[in-house]
Amino acid sequence: MSESNNALARAPRDDTAPDGLGVQLAAMPLRAMLTIRGDFADAGFVSAVEAVSGCTMPDVRKATFAGNNSLLWMSPDELMLFGDYAKADDLVAALNEKAAGSHMLAVNVSDARAVFKVSGAKARYALAKGAPVDFAQGSFGTGDLRRTRIATVATGIVMTAEDPDTFEVFCFRSYGTYLWNWLISACDENALSDLG
Amino acid sequence: MTRLAEGGALIDRTKPVSFKFDGKTYQGFAGDTLASAMLANGVKLVGRSYKYHRPRGVVTSGPEEPNALVNLGSGPTHEPNVRMTQVPLFEGLEATSQNRFPSLNADIGVLNALASKLYPAGFYYKTFIHPRVAWKHLFEPVIRNIAGLGRAPSEADPDTYEHQYAFCDVLIAGGGAAGLLAARKAGEAGARVMLVEQTERLGGRMLVDDDAEIDGKSAVAWVAEQVIALEAMDNVTIRLNTCASAAYDHGYTMLYERRTDDRKGTGPRHRLWRVRTKQIIAATGMIERPIAFYGNDVPGVMLASAVRDYVKLWGVAPGRNTVVYTVGDDGYRTALSLHAAGHKLSAVLDVREDPVGMLVEQVRGAGIKVMPATGIGKVIGGKAGVTAIKTVSFATGKDDAPLDDSIPCDCVAMAGGWSPVVHLYSHSGGKVLWDAKLAMYRPDANFRPTDGSGEGFVHAAGGANGELQTQAVLKSAAEAASGALSSIGMTTDTSAPTVAAVAEQPMQPTWFTPTQGKASYGGKHFLDYQNDVTVADIRLAAREGYESVEHAKRYTTLGMATDQGKLSNINGHAILADALGKAMPEVGTTTFRPPYTPISMGSIAGREKGILFKPVRETVMHNWHAAQNAEFEPVGDWRRPYRYQQGNEAREPSIHREIARVREAVGLLDASTLGKIIVKGPDAGKFLNMMYTNMMSTLKPGKCRYGLMCNDNGFLMDDGVVARLDEDTFLCHTTSGGSDRVHAWMEEWLQTEWFDLKVYTANVTEQWAQFAVAGPNARKLLERFEGDTDLSGDALPFMGFTDGVLDGLPVRIFRISFSGELSFEIATPTSYGPALWEALMSKGEDLGVGPYGTEALHVLRAEKGFIVVGDETDGTVTPHDVGMSWAVSKKKEDFIGKRAMMRSDLTREGRKQLVGLLTTNPRRVLPDGAHAMSADGTRAIGHVTSTYYSPTLKRSIAMALIEDGQSMMGQTLTIGIDANSAAKAVVSSPVFYDEEGARQNV
Repeated sequence: MSESNNALARAPRDDTAPDGLGVQLAAMPLRAMLTIRGDFADAGFVSAVEAVSGCTMPDVRKATFAGNNSLLWMSPDELMLFGDYAKADDLVAALNEKAAGSHMLAVNVSDARAVFKVSGAKARYALAKGAPVDFAQGSFGTGDLRRTRIATVATGIVMTAEDPDTFEVFCFRSYGTYLWNWLISACDENALSDLG
Repeated sequence: MTRLAEGGALIDRTKPVSFKFDGKTYQGFAGDTLASAMLANGVKLVGRSYKYHRPRGVVTSGPEEPNALVNLGSGPTHEPNVRMTQVPLFEGLEATSQNRFPSLNADIGVLNALASKLYPAGFYYKTFIHPRVAWKHLFEPVIRNIAGLGRAPSEADPDTYEHQYAFCDVLIAGGGAAGLLAARKAGEAGARVMLVEQTERLGGRMLVDDDAEIDGKSAVAWVAEQVIALEAMDNVTIRLNTCASAAYDHGYTMLYERRTDDRKGTGPRHRLWRVRTKQIIAATGMIERPIAFYGNDVPGVMLASAVRDYVKLWGVAPGRNTVVYTVGDDGYRTALSLHAAGHKLSAVLDVREDPVGMLVEQVRGAGIKVMPATGIGKVIGGKAGVTAIKTVSFATGKDDAPLDDSIPCDCVAMAGGWSPVVHLYSHSGGKVLWDAKLAMYRPDANFRPTDGSGEGFVHAAGGANGELQTQAVLKSAAEAASGALSSIGMTTDTSAPTVAAVAEQPMQPTWFTPTQGKASYGGKHFLDYQNDVTVADIRLAAREGYESVEHAKRYTTLGMATDQGKLSNINGHAILADALGKAMPEVGTTTFRPPYTPISMGSIAGREKGILFKPVRETVMHNWHAAQNAEFEPVGDWRRPYRYQQGNEAREPSIHREIARVREAVGLLDASTLGKIIVKGPDAGKFLNMMYTNMMSTLKPGKCRYGLMCNDNGFLMDDGVVARLDEDTFLCHTTSGGSDRVHAWMEEWLQTEWFDLKVYTANVTEQWAQFAVAGPNARKLLERFEGDTDLSGDALPFMGFTDGVLDGLPVRIFRISFSGELSFEIATPTSYGPALWEALMSKGEDLGVGPYGTEALHVLRAEKGFIVVGDETDGTVTPHDVGMSWAVSKKKEDFIGKRAMMRSDLTREGRKQLVGLLTTNPRRVLPDGAHAMSADGTRAIGHVTSTYYSPTLKRSIAMALIEDGQSMMGQTLTIGIDANSAAKAVVSSPVFYDEEGARQNV
């Protein structure tokens, strides 16, 4: 897609977090997201995914990283590829070409989700107010990922390569307002002061 | 004032706190509970009982309190039924007494007590029997009025609450000696430990019953040492004011943290922890039991342990002149602490014939009269409290001695023995055993609650395990820690600190005095203070045949109040056993259900209130709709514009305006909510042939087909347009509310039944913003965009689609119509939605473009006779029923629902069929759901499924499901409106407008 097209694309949210939070909270700009489904035992499929993404195949409930790309394990036959927004269609095309011999599905879903970044020493406690996940240090680290829920919203939570206190939370875009409001409430410094 | 001149480990005498009870201002100290502060002010009467409105005072010092319940706070922070013993005192606290009118002192409900013979056990149930009329007009209104405790709040709670998930290896409930030792051992072994304590202090009874030396140190010093060691461990989390409320399967544990009940600090008031732990150590201690004697509920009659708690922890002597009534050595501790505080003891009444031992001798040595083989026959007193007791002597072989002379006193301390708090152990299936010697139910180590591998995961420790002596408590805690750790592959030794303590003599279980004579009837011998259940009530229940403990409980309401029988259950079961002539274990116990103590409704809701009450889905155009004054309606979790209001426009004119725009010019509908599922693979066509009733495998790439989806019972569950993107790939549209359900449905079949099919699916609903551009000017509008897509009817015919570009925006354009007009549905990646929508609005201004909402959409589709799944269907309707047999393939070998559609009930005559209804009065719009009557008026033969006033046709139209409706064309039906009126309507085709489809096919 051309640059002028990208200029017309509206990010899921452009909010800035209010004061008084015990963590850093940000709504993230658009990125490429591909839903990829295939047989993880199919060498052709796996090598195509690894070649196109640059990432190695992630283990169960893990994410792998290479440059701007991340490859996320979503289920026993599903991956999510994050990358540069403008390259999404190229990534789909490259996957379809390289995995031509395999039964697989690669689809551009770059516009379907909202992503939030939650970071800081108390981030793990804030997320644990809504997600039934063991976020404790030693239990959840860089490259760990869960498909879970926050309150009643289906979410994915991944600890990025950035640093061990930074999480990315993604959900379907339509739930973005709800989840943003939920995160603002849960990240209130007064709800975190006595934790950790 | 009954505040002692000195002492009180928990209070800070330099920080006075003032508070109000029933409007009167009192003073207490920081560290007081509301109960200790009230007692310090000499207030004995704090509440009225539920049924007889008897005056009641504080009985306990903890969560088991049955009597001292108050309304706390006022206005929005008002909270009923709060136990004063658990309310930390803070400046400005306001509390009011409950269940009294007009005042606590002059309560007219006390008249109930005079009529108590009329309110026996099971009174409420007996009112159901006869006379019938009395129940409705007398019993029910009267009972409703007199029964009850606190007042429900009438305003929204302004406080915040939250949930918190956590994980650990070992959760230890209770911060007394056992919990501290277990935590220390588990912490030192390297386990992730959570130690929770319901009060604000660690140490439990060691802080009060400090006569034991542990490892050569005073009990208090030993506690302090453990706390310091635990606080230094990174792997140990200690949470005070946190009650382990419930233990569920597989170590799922609920903790109730009262964070800011003292009104210090900020943030959530209560926090509900949802902890997944591998092992639980229940170090929950014990609760002392009252004894049932005549007048044992008069204010001033308290648990002996509570009396010494008030002396030692809060520097309050509940009585100046106390009688201790005990079944063992433990009551002597109360006598000693009162004596040490300089207060008088009239006597210690000991049921045992020959009390001996160090504690007894210390009491005798202090000059206090010990009366062996003596019990309380009767308490004399009233709302001002106890004034005297009469004793009864248990001379050997006969206990019918006459009531002796009275002993003046203002406080009675009952020491009836101890009951282990086995709740947490029992919540998920742990069993208890009756220990006749100690007269208590103890956890049965052979029947512990088990985890997923069948291994016990709850370990009782200390008092909760039935241990009364400090040495045994610590030994039991060490063993529990060892057991818990070895279950998770860790180890610790079972050594326990050495304890030097006084030897105690056996207790003598005693449930009830006197057992003979007039005062033995049991009508003033209270078991359950909160529900006013007496010994006489239990005996009556036994006589009337309620032999099962569960039946007797429900019949008498024993243990069914907010305290869940913490003081009353065991005593009540003992009385029942006696009445039935059975042993305790034969009678059994009632079930221990979570939560241990009541938890706030706010903590259950957590932060899911207000805007966070329920997730709401918004399309990318949501803010635009809102700015255009859209009135939203829920569709699934989505909020969709129902209509756009201009100025003060009423609903109907705005909807008619939007309909006219589509029929005469061009309208825009935000259809982004439609579900969109990609189905790809070499077997995709074969798979969709199974999912839909019609044939999908024959669809040509670039074409669309409307499809129906049934469940395996042959009933319609969803519908939508399927587009074939290429040989291997289909795009299935679903209803707005159905995308997740349909996607899960497809995956279920692929994963569990047809795993041999080479098909992958992906839910791409939110990848696309999708807008209907509908109306005679639709093509004209789209042709104003730059792009090379040929939108002519020949290049892009009805039910075709094409990928293209509009003003540089990537789009997919479908020629589909739900309005019956020339219509294009344009999908663009969601992020471009606003740019496309705004371009459509600005380019079409002179063409009369504007948005239309879901109500206009519904009228437009109803004019065309298009069904809506969920309106025309209700889960019992087949495609044939709604006249869509054309969409059910006869060629396909199979599809979901095919076999069900052959069943006799789905093929019989007389099924309801979809028809149109035209009212004889064209202005009359039938009510939705109105029933059509049979010709003889005896029964309903169907109902209205959709009904509108059609501005296009200038008359009312409706769709209805009517028995054999297709064969009733032209007949006039009577449609019931309400009890007194009906309307007439003629059965017609459900297609009211442009039956040949000329308008959409241009």
